[in-house]
Amino acid sequence: MNSLIRLLAIMHKEVRQLRRDRLTLGMIVGIPLLQITLFGFAINTDVRYLTAGVANQSASQLARWLVADAEASQVIRIVRQVDTPEQLENLIRRGDIAVGLFIPEDFTRRLQDPEHRPAAQLLIDGSDPLILAAARQLSAMETLHRIEAPRKLQTPTFAIRPYFNPERRSALYIVPGLMGVILTMTMVLFTAVSIVRERERGNLELLINTPVRKAELMVGKITPYILIGLVQISLILGLGVFVFHIPVNGRLEDVYLAALCFIGANLTMGLVISTLAKNQFQAMQTTFFFFLPSILLSGFMFPFDGMPTAARWIAEGLPLTHFVRLMRGILLRGAGIGELASEIMALGLFSVVMLSLAVRRFRKTLD
Amino acid sequence: MNDTEPAIRTRQLTRHFGEVTAVDDLNLEVPRQIIQGFLGPNGSGKSTTIRMLCGLLHPDAGDVVVLGQHLPERAEALKQHIGYMTQRFSLYEDLTCLENLRFMADIYSLPRPKARRRIDELLTRHDLHELAHRYAATLSGGQKQRLSLAAATLHEPELLFLDEPTSAVDPQSRRDFWETLFELCEQGTTLLVSTHYMDEAERCHRLAILDRGRLVANGSPRQLERGITAHVIRIECEVPHAVRSRLQQQAGILSVTQLGLGLRVLIEQRIDNPLAHIENGLSDLAGSCQIEHTHPNLEDVFVATTRLKDGNPSP
Repeated sequence: MNSLIRLLAIMHKEVRQLRRDRLTLGMIVGIPLLQITLFGFAINTDVRYLTAGVANQSASQLARWLVADAEASQVIRIVRQVDTPEQLENLIRRGDIAVGLFIPEDFTRRLQDPEHRPAAQLLIDGSDPLILAAARQLSAMETLHRIEAPRKLQTPTFAIRPYFNPERRSALYIVPGLMGVILTMTMVLFTAVSIVRERERGNLELLINTPVRKAELMVGKITPYILIGLVQISLILGLGVFVFHIPVNGRLEDVYLAALCFIGANLTMGLVISTLAKNQFQAMQTTFFFFLPSILLSGFMFPFDGMPTAARWIAEGLPLTHFVRLMRGILLRGAGIGELASEIMALGLFSVVMLSLAVRRFRKTLD
Repeated sequence: MNDTEPAIRTRQLTRHFGEVTAVDDLNLEVPRQIIQGFLGPNGSGKSTTIRMLCGLLHPDAGDVVVLGQHLPERAEALKQHIGYMTQRFSLYEDLTCLENLRFMADIYSLPRPKARRRIDELLTRHDLHELAHRYAATLSGGQKQRLSLAAATLHEPELLFLDEPTSAVDPQSRRDFWETLFELCEQGTTLLVSTHYMDEAERCHRLAILDRGRLVANGSPRQLERGITAHVIRIECEVPHAVRSRLQQQAGILSVTQLGLGLRVLIEQRIDNPLAHIENGLSDLAGSCQIEHTHPNLEDVFVATTRLKDGNPSP
């Protein structure tokens, strides 16, 4: 009974302080808004209109067609006309163009070349793999069908059907993972900082002199943040659905159940960090130490299947990996929570381990 | 709990921080219902001792019994019966006075009606009613200190620890504060106050002087003054500065303090005739000086006990 009173007292106090902390309140709403706007609108892996330069040494009609077709493909946008391939190289090195199209003098003759040597050349800025991948589309361009008129039509080996995202929209791919990224950042940071701040301001020295137990203190401090996490999830999901037309193919209650488990995992992680950090600055540094691998290895930014085995093992230990899978599963593929039970279990296990670690490490003494 | 038993008893209490011995072989008994002072320079081990007595720090060696509870094993059982006022203001600055007190009442599990009554009593006693809805951050040093004391005594602790409670407070507030401490003591609370102000030390029923982690004196201020292990000499003269520098080079002199035109000189007890010792030392300057014995005060005791490298602690 006393234990419950103390727990409620700490929660009540925490909520009161939060209501008065305008910066944190702003961050609760501001971080999701900013991130979803940035990721949703600005980030697009479907690259188009690369800046391009052309060095056309051939005066033929065919060469002009080639240039016109390349531009019509929307892959490139021609911004410079030069005379030599060396000039194209210079422009690429300076970053003025991403793609250079070089058409040699003997272009028309090369087209009929019996040895099938390439007729023209694409110079591509390979320092960005996405540009490289996009520009390669040009090499598959069927521009020359006009010349090789009676060309034999090949039957394609595969017909590709992109399930769940037929229009290949980046937002569809990014927003579900972004929910996890935002929660990782805010949940871990808020809990870690809120406890470390009490230590810094001396409040903890007072509290550890009272009958309050450490479990009451920890649970009381993190419970209000569960609510905040749910608010953030709703905000991102709402924006995702109404602005970016993210489908909710699975059940909404499954989304929230998964979110609850994920919030729990992050809050316990924040507790562990709070027992390691001596001040708010250290708490932030440690949070970023956890945040960066989460973003990079979770499959949010780069596909999980491309990672070496060691990186995959680390990724399995990060809550974000499991949450990204859960959200893509429930939202896009319409999977039920039962089909993703192993991910939920991983999150549960993580929370239990971190909570016991935090309670063990937290001391009611100053040793 | 046996009420004749002392509130605090330590035996050979020792605590190191790395190479430094913060508290060294401390034997202390504090009877109930008194104000026990802890006097000592910074780094003398006052705070470390208080923290060990609350169960916040583990001793490296020695026994501690506080209110009949052995520490550190029984620290949690003790918490409900002790109050602790930290050196720094440690309530929540973004809560109002009233909210802070209500929070602490819940933390000590005071039943609601009792909590209301106690909070009202304390707001009245500490003259905080008008500030009840002000954020703690906006209070002055003296107001914060009153609020801290109110919070620390909300659950009517038997034993109250105050770690340098008046360091950020003006003299008038300090006087009022001490009035409150005496009231608490009369109502049955035992208080342990650490300080480095002589006027505060003077007010304690008993005073323990700590120096580099060791207990060098303990007793009532009068007992300590009577038991001083040094001669106290007063010198009136025209050229105190010259006299002072002459004396500081002389053997057997513990300290020379200038007070206006006078000098207060502490001389080691082994010197049999301190007046002659000074006259010899001053030689040609002695003629213009008036040299006489005077009553030791608490500051003399403090200087004498903390300067003597191999001093015998008085009982």
